Amino acid sequence: MIEMRHLTKTYDTFKALNDINLILEENKIYGLLGRNGAAKTTLLNLITNKIFPTTGEVLINKQNVYENDKALNEVFYIFEKNLYPEGQKVKDVFKWTKEFYQNFDTNYANSLANKFGLNTKKKMKELSTGYMSIFKDILALASNAKILLLDEPLLGLDANHRDLFYKELIANYIASPKTIIISTHLIDEVEDVIEEVILLKNGKLIVNQSVESFISSTYQVSGEESKVNEWLHDRKFVGLEKIGKYLSATVLENINDKNIKLIDELNLEVSKVELQKLFIHLTN
Amino acid sequence: MRLEFTSEKPIYLQLAESIEDDILKGIFDEDSQIVSTTELSVQLKINPATAGKGINLLVDEGILYKKRGVGMFVSIGAKKLILKKRKENFYQSYILSLIEEAKKLNISKSDIINMIERGNEND
Repeated sequence: MIEMRHLTKTYDTFKALNDINLILEENKIYGLLGRNGAAKTTLLNLITNKIFPTTGEVLINKQNVYENDKALNEVFYIFEKNLYPEGQKVKDVFKWTKEFYQNFDTNYANSLANKFGLNTKKKMKELSTGYMSIFKDILALASNAKILLLDEPLLGLDANHRDLFYKELIANYIASPKTIIISTHLIDEVEDVIEEVILLKNGKLIVNQSVESFISSTYQVSGEESKVNEWLHDRKFVGLEKIGKYLSATVLENINDKNIKLIDELNLEVSKVELQKLFIHLTN
Repeated sequence: MRLEFTSEKPIYLQLAESIEDDILKGIFDEDSQIVSTTELSVQLKINPATAGKGINLLVDEGILYKKRGVGMFVSIGAKKLILKKRKENFYQSYILSLIEEAKKLNISKSDIINMIERGNEND
């Protein structure tokens, strides 16, 4: 379990991350979503003690992560910056990783490299953006750490490799359940893979719930302008879109049979909102 | 197994319906084993909790049953159960929306009946 208490990170006068209170349960897959600059990476850096909070604290399994190698040994963090010497070969990094993560499964790493077509004799500097991501993803999957933090694991991957990544990730998760946090902009693709959504906006936590309950706590209503406006009166909504006299909006309330009936009587249409669309409306 | 999901319904419901379709089509026979939740999750790239929810729905309705340590099986009589359920839904999801759409298009009741007959002939 990862617990964040009043976590704040300030740079000079800029509050990058603002009073985050969040509990991540064991063995769930979380999607860490937010626009560029929302502080997703800052949050992951704080969890792994790469940077220090201005105020607040992070606990992993009840232990403060501050200078706590034991707590952090449970975590495997992949991030955009490449820390491996550029002359080092993939297979050498596998060996080296085993030194730090005793549970690192070299056979599994090699079989994944084979599936993704990653040549383990290649040096770091010879890897393309996509293969660099694949290489890091393989390290994470084979690490056997209890917590995987994946910052942009799909960066530069082609559609085939992304497909393979989701399958391998799920297979890995089923075979040995763990807590996984995926930070990505590919919301459409991860919508069904993740169980929980963490949504950051300008350094603040605005959503923390299961994908299913998040989506079912909203619906889209559309139809003739005046009727839609009548429905929206006194209701919370986002994402008003207008085409001619046709109006649609995302209403922030649970849909129920009574609502459906009333909406129907107004000659309006109701539909489910996709996660990506909801994301756009809430973070615009 | 249908591999593409639409956005209109929760995924676990679509998964359950897709398995039901396969049972009706005879892709999964009664009293035979169906694919595991693991395989479903991996191949469909859906969270195992979601896949589990879809499967459990069918278990609760008596369409599937668990054999401990072996896997998930199609119940004997599953087809009948599904057909009964689907027929009840037919009125709600097809007839009512058909009437509604017909109203929008100004299609009369007798026109609808004619169309149904035409459709039957072409079947």
